[in-house]
Amino acid sequence: MSGPSTYEPKSGITRWLDRRLPIIRLAHDSFVAYPTPRNLNYWWTFGAMLSFCLIVQIVTGIVLAMHYTPHVTMAFASVQRLERDVPFGWLIQNIHAVGASMFFLAVYIHMFRGLYYGSYKAPRELLWILGCVIYLLMVATGFLGYTLPWGQMSFWGATVITNLLGALPLIGESIKNWLMGGFSVDQPTINRFFSLHYLLPFVIAGVVGLHVWALHEAGQNNPVGVDVKSKADTVPFTPHATIKDLFATTLFVILFAVFVFYMPDALGHADNFIPADPLKTPPEIVPEWYLLPFYAILRAFDFNIGPIDSKLAGVLAMFAAIGVLFVLPWLDTSRVRSMRYRPIARQFFVIFAVVCFALGWCGGQNPGNILLKAGPFSATLTWVEGGQVAERPIQADGAANWQDAANAAEAQARADGASMTAVTRTGAATGILRSVTGGSAQTRTVEGETTDYLETHITEVKEEVGQAAPFYNVERRVPPAFTVTNFSQVLTLYYFLFFLVILPILGLRERPERVPDTIAKPVTGGKAQGAS
Amino acid sequence: MLRAISAAAALIVVGCGVALAAVHGEHPEEYPFSFESPVGSYDMAAVQRGFQVYQQVCSSCHSMDHLAYRHLGEEGGPFSLYIVRNHETGEPEPHVGRPEHGGTFVEVTENPYVRAIAAGVTIVDIDPNSGQPADRPGRISDHFRRPFPNAIAAAASNGGAAPPDLSVMTSARHGGARYVRSLLMGYDGQVNGTLHHNPYFPGGWLAMAPPLVDGVVPYSDPETPQTVDQYATDVATFLQWSADPHMEQRKRLGVVVLAFLAVLAGLLYLAYKQVWRNESH
Repeated sequence: MSGPSTYEPKSGITRWLDRRLPIIRLAHDSFVAYPTPRNLNYWWTFGAMLSFCLIVQIVTGIVLAMHYTPHVTMAFASVQRLERDVPFGWLIQNIHAVGASMFFLAVYIHMFRGLYYGSYKAPRELLWILGCVIYLLMVATGFLGYTLPWGQMSFWGATVITNLLGALPLIGESIKNWLMGGFSVDQPTINRFFSLHYLLPFVIAGVVGLHVWALHEAGQNNPVGVDVKSKADTVPFTPHATIKDLFATTLFVILFAVFVFYMPDALGHADNFIPADPLKTPPEIVPEWYLLPFYAILRAFDFNIGPIDSKLAGVLAMFAAIGVLFVLPWLDTSRVRSMRYRPIARQFFVIFAVVCFALGWCGGQNPGNILLKAGPFSATLTWVEGGQVAERPIQADGAANWQDAANAAEAQARADGASMTAVTRTGAATGILRSVTGGSAQTRTVEGETTDYLETHITEVKEEVGQAAPFYNVERRVPPAFTVTNFSQVLTLYYFLFFLVILPILGLRERPERVPDTIAKPVTGGKAQGAS
Repeated sequence: MLRAISAAAALIVVGCGVALAAVHGEHPEEYPFSFESPVGSYDMAAVQRGFQVYQQVCSSCHSMDHLAYRHLGEEGGPFSLYIVRNHETGEPEPHVGRPEHGGTFVEVTENPYVRAIAAGVTIVDIDPNSGQPADRPGRISDHFRRPFPNAIAAAASNGGAAPPDLSVMTSARHGGARYVRSLLMGYDGQVNGTLHHNPYFPGGWLAMAPPLVDGVVPYSDPETPQTVDQYATDVATFLQWSADPHMEQRKRLGVVVLAFLAVLAGLLYLAYKQVWRNESH
């Protein structure tokens, strides 16, 4: 793709260097003369932004590490000290924290671009897989880094994720204990997480090198998805792509700066400003926004699949959601790269993008929240007014037989003519049976939009009836409901269907639109490219 | 971004009719704090009064471990001291808080207000001669005095629940300063054993008794009302400052950075147009 090198050293020093270490030649061939398709749109500028993000994270991270103390009682305070007392420490910390989010924002756009334009297809399979490796490393680095400030969400996030790995059969427990450095998240955990968090970005940088190498070998894909055929199809990387990347990256940095300077905490969770407390579980444990879709997939599995229990199924599905990306080049059977010429695939792609956003939303919600229900919550209260109340003790021989004894006592009371009975358990094997004989039976049904309102209405009825009823029998009914978990299940199903069924079958059945013969043809209107 | 994504997704879902159970407390009352807008700064008089409320009321139970007395007098702090030239006489005179323009910052080590605040506090330290615990007057380098020697003592004195540290309280609660203000004003008088009802508190019942009553903190400024509402507003402002002491510097720098980036983006756009002027794409 790059073709023979066009670099010509001009001075004595560069000629000397070129004979010994042709590093200027490498840079020239890779970033100056490198031919780029002339029809690249702005979706192709995110690679530059990602390089920028990686450098920013590494530079700010190295400074942060100079001030950070990986210790369970000192980590939180060391971050506070950095923000308060180190000159511009607040700025460095904000850039690093916001930078993680910006990094993921850019990488998601970069990945969706690759998906839409078929950038994973031959000869770019390895390029795509290396990208998936980078993404996986980013997820690990982001998770490890979020743990370091040692706030409540750091600690409990680390606890939840390490425990999840424990669900894997055979090796899970060992991996969990190895990651934690013990049997719970504690001092050894923070030490190794800090070490790994410092290591992984350099691993990412190495894989990025391979990613760029593979890119320059195969050449860039482009919006029409046809291969570069002649020089008319391309422009030199510098200045054409360089200046466009710089402009787009500056716009990206503006968004970055708006977050850093005006809403630095908007992307984080308030609970992470509470120092970690192993004895207090926060009301909700959620990861950072960029991991929420996978969190939703994890929690969608609230049922066992044969011998696989729900927890393991969730963990496997979560890893499979990323794993499926690795085999995508062989799942998509279409010979047309760009979805610009695949009208049906394009619609499924749009649905897929919406599904990913919706999964992210689900990941941030309480899984039990009800989205749709067939009717209100309702309850029927039954009580007897004006009857004769009797109490008698129940004594079972052993706690195991308690239920039998209680049932027998109730049946006995009913046989004796009681119209209503109630059992109160007072000990392991003892209780009191209260029964009402005679009187008039009353019933009332109440409804409420939520369980809270329903309970309020039940209490209202009880207060209204007051002393007239000795006790109540309350039968609560939950309407058929569609919860966040159900929604996640539907979305998860689509996520996997898209990769495992839709793309393989569609590629064979779909009739693509006519693809242009060359890159230059549609952009120059068929005319020969003038001197440029 | 999360908010934007959630909002977009929520719109889709709201169409289907959402019914979410209310586990969170009541939404905090709106209040136009001066620091909320992108260019807003702190009302330093309110931060000073809020510090007084903290010192005289809150600090008997709540620590603020991450703050030192010197922070009060550093640039951007409520008691930062500047020397400004009097407009009429031309004489240099002290000015507490950042002046509108000009002024020479006085290093916190030379700041008599902060020294007085620190000296007014008794700190338990180790006597350098005997090695025994001994009391001494505070220094500006001391962190805010802890009301209890350790978390166990704090819990034991407060019915089992240690009062939380207030250093970053407004960042650590949904609703921030508005939540703090609403909570302090929101007690409705219902008591259940040692718990007090407050609609703004998640779950409704909290161990903290209503800490503020009208007139409990005497303000030197006769203009400012000495009411629970005013105390709550002031202490919420102080806690916002303590959680985010560099906010003013951050916003000022943000303007410069964004202006620079906007100009840079404009120039790069022109350069981009120039480079691509003869290229079809």
